Amino acid sequence: MNKEERNKRYLAYVSAKSPKTEVWPSLFFAFIIGGLICCFGQAVSDTLANWFPYMTETELGAWTLVVIIFITCILTGVGLFDDIARFAGAGTIVPITGFANSICSSAMEFRREGIIFGMCAKMFTVAGPVIVFGIISSIIIGVVYLFL
Amino acid sequence: MKKNNGLGQSTIVFKNKPRIESYYSMVGKKEGQGTFKKYFDCILNDDLCGQKSFEVAEREILERTILGALDKNNVDLSDIDFMIGGDLLNQIISSSFSARHFETPFIGLYGACSTMCESIAIGAALVDGGYAKKTICATVSHFAAAERQYRTPLELGNQRPPVSQWTVTGSGCTILSNTNRGHYVSMATFGKVTDYGVTDANNMGAAMAPAASETLAEHFKDTGTCPDDYDLIVTGDLGKLGSEILRDLMEHRGYKLGTNYCDCGQMIFSRNQRTFQGGSGAGCSASVLNSYILKQMDAGVYKKVLFMATGALLSTVSTQQGETIPCIAHAIVIERGEENADDIS
Repeated sequence: MNKEERNKRYLAYVSAKSPKTEVWPSLFFAFIIGGLICCFGQAVSDTLANWFPYMTETELGAWTLVVIIFITCILTGVGLFDDIARFAGAGTIVPITGFANSICSSAMEFRREGIIFGMCAKMFTVAGPVIVFGIISSIIIGVVYLFL
Repeated sequence: MKKNNGLGQSTIVFKNKPRIESYYSMVGKKEGQGTFKKYFDCILNDDLCGQKSFEVAEREILERTILGALDKNNVDLSDIDFMIGGDLLNQIISSSFSARHFETPFIGLYGACSTMCESIAIGAALVDGGYAKKTICATVSHFAAAERQYRTPLELGNQRPPVSQWTVTGSGCTILSNTNRGHYVSMATFGKVTDYGVTDANNMGAAMAPAASETLAEHFKDTGTCPDDYDLIVTGDLGKLGSEILRDLMEHRGYKLGTNYCDCGQMIFSRNQRTFQGGSGAGCSASVLNSYILKQMDAGVYKKVLFMATGALLSTVSTQQGETIPCIAHAIVIERGEENADDIS
């Protein structure tokens, strides 16, 4: 048996033998915790609308994000966020919480390598691709919008 | 050409019985709550070890472990001829930076998680050949330092896949010497780099198991032994999945591993510690060997132990470039020395 054949067989054996992520519990926790975060966001938005009746929808959305990002960063800083995220999975990654956590955790992680070349340079190691794709897609949509 | 002290292609026999004069283990808090909590010499309360970074903490753990081993049996540092060791951090900084303080000739090794076995094998060869009277063999790993080098920031809220393992914060040190008391290293089998095409850096057990089976089969072939000739066959950090794969691979080669086979990584954490497949890292096999295994040998529970540590020789760059993971496994045989036995070399 040649090496390629051997490796192919071995990889098939490994993938059959390796335990897989349990889909239903993961979906359940992602749904519950993700949903709770969204409800909380709505509550923040409604409260702000109540306090500041002159705010527009866009402004309300922006301030809600600021509040959620702030809370996420505090939770990341005190080391609670990753414990929640372990259960929540996509429930905490998909909302803005995932993005905020990826930047905050990287900033904390590389602080010891200095402020400029550590924290500031490496803050976007995880979130970088999100920003790149965000900018590219917004450019494409902007160009499309221009000709509509 | 026939080797003087060799058996087969990969195994060397130590005729002069290099002895284990002293050993010491130190682990972090989580490991200290695991299966072997009664056996470790020192359990840290603080994973930062009072230092400013995890890398410095790792170094501190290694230094304290070596000093612990020296103190335990009153070995004088000036009698040490070589310090042999390695770790997981880039350019093995923990070991070489620690070596600054000991002012002893230093041999730095990198065999990933197999380093403990490699260092004892080389140390035993130096002592056996009469090139050294005493050698320090030590390795260390730290969960947080390894995590930030190989994976993602610590506080990042991602989920660990079920095949993953947890890098052990811990260190082990074995001092080998040419005295005539204590357990001795009788043989060493050096492994070949083996690659079965696994690319998933989370699934270390599956990547390393073929290297383990290669070395184990080679050892049995070279020495003419079989699994039942050992009281304990213990692998370093294959984890639960990896050791099940090893059992299958060995059976395929015609060797059935019985109840005398176990894995340090699988055993070090208890089930409720949520580490999925168990522990890994250079400190995993090092801390278990220098606590549980050698203490059980002291107590006479095990008389002949085959200790084999496995290592995945990948880097973050190779993983990102989609390369497969080459792995290695080295094995040593430790036999129980009766108290006050004369050296019959």
